[in-house]
Amino acid sequence: MLGQVPYNNDYMTSEKQHELEALALRVREHIVRLSTDGGCFTGASLSCADLLVYLYADFLNVHPGNLTDPERDYLFLSKGHDVPALYGTFAELGFMPKERLNNHLKSNDSIYWHPNRSVPGVEFHSGSLGHLPSVALGVALDARMRGQNQKVIVITGDGELNEGTVWEALLVASAHKVNNLTIVVDRNHFQANIATEDLIPLEPLAPKFEAFGAVVKRIDGHDFVALEEAFSGLPFSPDKPSVIICDTVRGRGLPSIERRADRWFCNFSSDEVTSLLEELHSQEATKLTSETLTVR
Amino acid sequence: MNYEELIHKTALADERLLVMTAENRALIRNLPGPLGPRFIDTGITEQTMIGAAAGLALRGRVPVVHALATFLTLRAFEFIRTDVGIPHLPVKISAFVPGFLSDGNGPTHQAIEDVSLMRGIPGMTVFAPADEQDMLAMLPAIWASPDPAYLRVNTRPATYQHAPFEMGKAEIVAEGTDITLLTYGMLFEQALIAKDLLIEAGYSVGLVNLRSLKPLDEAAVLDVVKGGSLVVTLEDHFQTGGLYSILAELLLEHELTAKVLPLALKERWYKPGLLSEVLEYEGFTGQHIARRIGERLGDGAHTFGAKTKVVENEFAE
Repeated sequence: MLGQVPYNNDYMTSEKQHELEALALRVREHIVRLSTDGGCFTGASLSCADLLVYLYADFLNVHPGNLTDPERDYLFLSKGHDVPALYGTFAELGFMPKERLNNHLKSNDSIYWHPNRSVPGVEFHSGSLGHLPSVALGVALDARMRGQNQKVIVITGDGELNEGTVWEALLVASAHKVNNLTIVVDRNHFQANIATEDLIPLEPLAPKFEAFGAVVKRIDGHDFVALEEAFSGLPFSPDKPSVIICDTVRGRGLPSIERRADRWFCNFSSDEVTSLLEELHSQEATKLTSETLTVR
Repeated sequence: MNYEELIHKTALADERLLVMTAENRALIRNLPGPLGPRFIDTGITEQTMIGAAAGLALRGRVPVVHALATFLTLRAFEFIRTDVGIPHLPVKISAFVPGFLSDGNGPTHQAIEDVSLMRGIPGMTVFAPADEQDMLAMLPAIWASPDPAYLRVNTRPATYQHAPFEMGKAEIVAEGTDITLLTYGMLFEQALIAKDLLIEAGYSVGLVNLRSLKPLDEAAVLDVVKGGSLVVTLEDHFQTGGLYSILAELLLEHELTAKVLPLALKERWYKPGLLSEVLEYEGFTGQHIARRIGERLGDGAHTFGAKTKVVENEFAE
């Protein structure tokens, strides 16, 4: 759909790429539909939609049939506010009925702005940033103790890297040579309200992670081939944790909100949702009038 | 049997049990070898240790975590509340040097709001043994429970032969019609001395070792209140949020009132020093406790014998 993915490569067939692109488009539709009647964190969800689609549809050994298997792969969404991308992916892959998304922000269900374990596939609740790297570390330590070799992935935001506990957990993971833990950064270059480099600059980012003992790869987080190439190389080291920095675009897929500081949390009118869905398919910017910035 | 031997024995019998520490090895110094990968030292990282303990518990483990009470309950509070409390995971917190036991460390190390914070977390249980014997009696039940638990570690030698532990039950040491001391943790030792001094002075004195603040033995406390004696809440904790508050909540719930004397730290941190100095200065030796109770009863002239000799803490970090 994005027209820039190279189709000739050793990592992924063009059929697979088309399949993932089609799936990602449907997940983005869910995200847009959730961005009304109370709204959601639209921009931050769109940036990691391709990443979540790739991981659940192609990479991770986790599916609706093995959610209680202790040897399944684990994915922890530490930047919990992008839950529309996660639930959209779950709805498409059969973890939850699509109709359940209609319960968004309703008291008859638990589909709200951050993930929770009432939704099959959610390994741990999140919302408070900087928590799940350490929780994932615990799971990775236990998997190793039991001689299991599944992957434990934790997705953080880039703004989330302001939290010291992300670095603390990595320091401990490095000390314990936890090679089955992978931190994936959705590097969409925005904090809640402002560009990361204008508030708490993170660059050079990869060397920071390397200095904390990880092996780092940095890729385009919207390129399925690049995702496949990076993730298929895990673990990057026999005795170090891995980090994959995914450069992404906040609001990806909707040019009218891409890279906009005021499109983090969005609560669109139903007319705007209709035109955004058209934009999603046509890739041409829609004119939006509603004020949607919510200060963290 | 001491704490280390008990946890070692329990870990050998139950592979779910793990020993974790944020580089506080005072009680578990000899376990890294015997427990191998089931001994996890995360370094000085209370938050990461609690988060990792939650992850391990998610996988079916029962992590027993060790660090200083103040850093666990304050720095890692949100991790305990959010990662252990919300999913109700069986993480067992062994909090070192709580209350007056941090003696000479100073206010940074004074965990005197820990009971208040921990009992405020839905589903969290809170225990405070009177001494080492009392602690060893309660630990098997605490570790076997499916609930998260906060324990005020207390390794001071027993000066009283305790009754067997029963979950949710207080230990009724004595019953009295004039005065009843309700207490928990290391001050039990001083309460025992105060009780005897008050009895020598002619009072009828009761003493209850609460053992667990949550669950609270409500029946035992209500019996004391209904007995009509002066109720003394004795604690090495801020006056707000601890036993005095727990009693007030219980009285309101049951539409009761009582004559209550709170002996706690009211809006202040305590003066750091050797334990004997702390208790003497702050008025928490057996003799001081008896005097403060005597004053409340209009018996200000009574000295209640000589200065109480306090056994110092063995320093262990």
